[in-house]
Amino acid sequence: MARAVTTQKKIMWTALAWAFGLLMFFPILWTFLTSFKTEAAAIADPPVWFLFDWTTENYAAVQQRSNYPLALMNSIIIAVGSTILGILLAVPAAWAMAFVPGKRTKDVLLWMLSTKMLPAVGVLYPLVLLAKWLGVMDSRILLIVVLMLINLPIIVWMLYTYFREIPGEILEASRMDGASLKSEILYVLTPMAVPGIASTVLLNIILAWNEAFWTILLTTVDAAPLTKFIAGFSAPEGLFYAKLSAASMLAIAPILIMGWFSQKQLVRGLTFGAVK
Amino acid sequence: MATAHSKSAARIMIAPAVIALLVWMLVPLCMTLYFSFADYRPMRGVFDAWIGFGNYASFLTSSSFMSSLITTFWMVGGILSITIVGGVLMALLLDKPMFGQGVVRILVIAPFFVMPTVSALVWKNMFFNVDNGLFSYLYKFLGMQPFDFLSQAPLFSIVIIVAWQWLPFATLILLTSVQSLDSEQLEAAEIDGAPALSRFRFIILPHLSRAITVVILIQTIFLLSIFAEIFVTTNGAFGTRTLTYLVYQRVLESQNIGLGSAGGIVAVILANIVAIFLMRIVGKNLDN
Amino acid sequence: MSIKRSLLASAVGLGLTAGIASAEGHATTITIATVNNGDMVRMQGLTDDFNAKHPDITVEWVTLEENVLRQNVTTDISTGGGAYDVMTIGTYEVPIWGNNGWLVSLNEGMADDWNADDLLPAIAGGLTIDGELYAAPFYGESSMVMYRTDLMEKAGLEMPDAPTWDFIREAAAAMTDRENEINGICARGKAGWGENMAFLTAMSNSFGARWFDEDWAPQFDTEAWANTLNFYLDMMNESGPNGAANNGFNENLTLFQQGKCGMWIDATVAASFVTGADSTVADKVGFALAPDTGLGKRGNWLWAWSLAIPTSSEKQDAAKTFISWATSQAYAELVAGKEGWASVPPGTRTSLYENQNYLDAAPFAKMTLDSINSADPTNPTVDPVPYTGVQFVAIPEFAGIANQVGQQFSNALAGNQSAEEALAAAQELTLEEMEAAGY
Repeated sequence: MARAVTTQKKIMWTALAWAFGLLMFFPILWTFLTSFKTEAAAIADPPVWFLFDWTTENYAAVQQRSNYPLALMNSIIIAVGSTILGILLAVPAAWAMAFVPGKRTKDVLLWMLSTKMLPAVGVLYPLVLLAKWLGVMDSRILLIVVLMLINLPIIVWMLYTYFREIPGEILEASRMDGASLKSEILYVLTPMAVPGIASTVLLNIILAWNEAFWTILLTTVDAAPLTKFIAGFSAPEGLFYAKLSAASMLAIAPILIMGWFSQKQLVRGLTFGAVK
Repeated sequence: MATAHSKSAARIMIAPAVIALLVWMLVPLCMTLYFSFADYRPMRGVFDAWIGFGNYASFLTSSSFMSSLITTFWMVGGILSITIVGGVLMALLLDKPMFGQGVVRILVIAPFFVMPTVSALVWKNMFFNVDNGLFSYLYKFLGMQPFDFLSQAPLFSIVIIVAWQWLPFATLILLTSVQSLDSEQLEAAEIDGAPALSRFRFIILPHLSRAITVVILIQTIFLLSIFAEIFVTTNGAFGTRTLTYLVYQRVLESQNIGLGSAGGIVAVILANIVAIFLMRIVGKNLDN
Repeated sequence: MSIKRSLLASAVGLGLTAGIASAEGHATTITIATVNNGDMVRMQGLTDDFNAKHPDITVEWVTLEENVLRQNVTTDISTGGGAYDVMTIGTYEVPIWGNNGWLVSLNEGMADDWNADDLLPAIAGGLTIDGELYAAPFYGESSMVMYRTDLMEKAGLEMPDAPTWDFIREAAAAMTDRENEINGICARGKAGWGENMAFLTAMSNSFGARWFDEDWAPQFDTEAWANTLNFYLDMMNESGPNGAANNGFNENLTLFQQGKCGMWIDATVAASFVTGADSTVADKVGFALAPDTGLGKRGNWLWAWSLAIPTSSEKQDAAKTFISWATSQAYAELVAGKEGWASVPPGTRTSLYENQNYLDAAPFAKMTLDSINSADPTNPTVDPVPYTGVQFVAIPEFAGIANQVGQQFSNALAGNQSAEEALAAAQELTLEEMEAAGY
C-alpha cells in the first residue's frame, strides 16, 4: 500500500470534519437548547449554553394551544401517502424509460421535469377553485394527490437514473431463459432496484413533509399538517423564542429522526445518475 | 433488442405517470392561462373574461419585473455557488479517514430535513436578529457594533439560510461521486509527485463534473421556487423580491388574479428555457 | 377517513344535499380562523367556558400568524368561502368584504344579552356599512406614545398629555444613551401595510399629507410626504434602535420590555404588555396621545380585530352564538376573573371604560379611550380625501400597494436609498397600480 494513513493525519481530518459537522448542526442544536429554556433565558445576554434551568414548560404550552397529534398524523399520512402513490406511478414509467428507451424518452423526461417549475402561487386560484368544485378542500386525499404530482418528476427522474445503472445483460439472460415480462420485473429486476427505490422513497418523504405552500393554503383543520402547525407559533405578540423553538423541534423531530436512522439507504441511492 | 411487444408494454407503463402529469399541467395551467387573459380581481368583484394581452403587457413592463429577474439570478446563483464549492470541499473531507465518520455525516446532512419555514424562522430570530440574535452577541463579544443582516445584507442572509439547507444535498451526491473515484489513479499521481492542487484540478474535478451538473440541475428546479424563506425573513423587502415572490404579491397581496396569472405563465416560460438549457448540458454529460 | 370525507363531499356536490342538511343541529362544529395574538390565544384557552354554556356547539381553532392567516382567509373568501364559520379580520377588510356581500350582518340573531349600543362608536362605525354591522370587535386599538417615566425625568423633560412631533424628537435625542443600549424612540420600520405603513400613514396625516387627492391621484410627490418621511428617517437615525428597518410590533415590544426604548409609539393594546409581568420596566411606563404638528390631526390610527361570519357559512346561528360569547361584556368579566382586569381585551365597549375595577387595574385605560376617540376614519386627513380609513385606504388595492410602498420606505430606513428615491419610487408604483385598477 502506497499510503499508510498516519494517526496524526487521521486526527487532523477528524478535528476538521467534526468542526464542520458541528457548525452545520449548530442551528438545530441551538433550537433544541432554546426550547428547554425559559423565555427570559432564551434571550439572555450573554447567551446561556447548557447551565440553565431546563424546563419542559414550552412544550406543554405548545401542546395546550394546538392539536399536535393531529398535525403529526396528517403530516405522516400526507408524506407517506403521496410517496406511495408517486412510486406506484413512477416505477413502471421509469422502468420503461430505462430499459425500453424510445426516441422521445429524453423529451418526455425533460417535459416532466419542467412541470416541476410551475410556480405554485401562479396556479393557486385555479387549484383552489377546482378543489372546492370537487368538494375536497381540507382533505388529506387532495394533499396526497397534489404533493404526489409536484414530486412525481423528481421521483421518475431519480428512478430512471437508478434503473439505467442496472446492466441490460441481466435482462437479456432472463429473457433467454424464457421469463415473461412480469416475472422479469418481479424476480430479476425488483431485487436489484430496491436500494434505489428505498432512497427515492426517503427523499420524497422529506420533500413532502417540508412542503409549506400547498399544505398551508389547501387545509383548514382536518388535513392541516405540521407546516401549518408551525405557522401558529411564528410572530406572535412579543418574541417567544423558547416556544417557537419548542414548536420547531416538534415539527422537525420526526423527520430528523427518520432521516438519521435511514441515512445509509438515503445516501446509497441518492445519485441522480451522478456516478457512472 | 426491444421488441414490438416490449415497446407497447413500455408505453402502457409510462402512460399513468404521463397522464397524471398531463392532467396536472393542463387543468390548472390552462385555467391559469385563461385567467391570464382576464381581468379577474375578486376583491372588486370584477371578472372580465377577455382583455387580450393587457396583463402580460403590464407585468412585463413594470419596473419590478426586471429587478425581480435580477434578484432571482443572484439568489439562485449565490446559493448554487456556495453549495457546489462547499459541497465539493465537504465531500472530499468526509471521504478522508477519520474517527466517527458516521456521526459527522449525520450532523452534516441534518439541515436537509428541516422545514424551510422553520429554518427561516430560526435563522431570522435566533441568529440574524440585531438585538437578540447570536451573531449580534458574537459581534458585541468581539467589541463590534452588531450588524443588521436582514436589512444591510438581505440577499446574502437569505442565500445563507437556503444554502445551509441545500449544502447537505450537494454534499451527499458529490460524496457518492468522490467515493467512486479511482483511488489507484490518484495514488499514482501522488507518487509521481503531482501537488494536491493539480491532483484536484486534473483528476478529481473532471470526475466530479457529472455530479456537479446533476446538483445544479436538481437544485435549480427547487431554488427557482423559493418562497417560505423570503416570506418569513424580509417579505420581499430590501430587494429580495424574486420572480416567484413578485407573482405571489400580485396574486395574494394585490388580489389581481389576472395579472398574477400572467406573471405565472411568464415564470413557467422562463423556467422552461432555463430547464432546456440545463438539460442540454446534463444530457450531454449523461450520454458520454 | 379522508376518503370517506371526500366521497361525502362529492355526494353533496352531486345534489344529495337534502338528506345531509337535516343531520345538522345535533352537535354543530364551527371553524374559527384567528390571529396568534395574545388576546386571541387567551380566548382559545377559554373555549371550555363556551362549551360549558353551549354544549351543542364544538369549536375548532385555526390559529395562525397574521400574514399566513390573511393568505388563508383571503383565498378562501374570494373563491367563494366555505372553510371557516368565523373569521378574524380587521377594520380594513370589513367594509370591502361587506360591500362585496361576503359577510353576514350581525344586526339580527345575536344573543339577547349582547349589547350593540355599548360598542364604542368610533370602533363600531368602522365595521358598519349602511347601518349593518358586519363584524363584532374583539379588541380595538389606536396608537399612542408609551414612554419611560424614569428616563424622561433623567433627561429633565416632562411629557405633555398631547405632545408634538418636535417634542418627541427632541426628547428621543435627550433620552438616547447608546452606551447603555437605550434608544430614545422605537417605532415600526418593518415593511408591510399593517406594519410600517400603518405607522407612517397615521403619522403623515398629522403632517398634513394624504395618500390620494380627491381625484385619486397619488400624493407621494408632495412636500407634506417629504416632510413626513424625512422627519421619520432623521428621528429614527438619531435615536432609533439599530436594525429598526426589521422591527415590527413584536420586535419593538420586546425591546421596550427589555428596557431598550425610551419611547415607543404603537398600538394601545401594547399598554397591557409593557405594564405586565413580562416587562422589566412595568412600573416606569407613562402614556401620552400620539404626536401632532398643530395642523389639527394627530398621528394615531384606529383598528379593531373583529369577528365576522362569511355568508358561505352553513352554521351562521352557531357562529353568531360564538361571537356573542367572545365579544360580550360577560367575556370581559370572565377574563378578569381568571387573569385580572388589565388583561381584558380593550377598546371595544363603553361599559368597560365606566367600570371602576378596570380603570383601577389599567393605568392606560383613559389614554386608550382618548386615543380611540380622537381618531376619525371618515375624515382622517387635513386636506379632504375620497377615501375612509386612518392608517389605510379602504380600497381593495391598498394592501398590495402599501406593501410595496412600505418596502421602499423600509429600504430608506435601512439606509439603502434616500427619502427622495423612496418617495419617487412610491409615487411611480402607486400611479402604476392605480391606473391598472382603473382609477
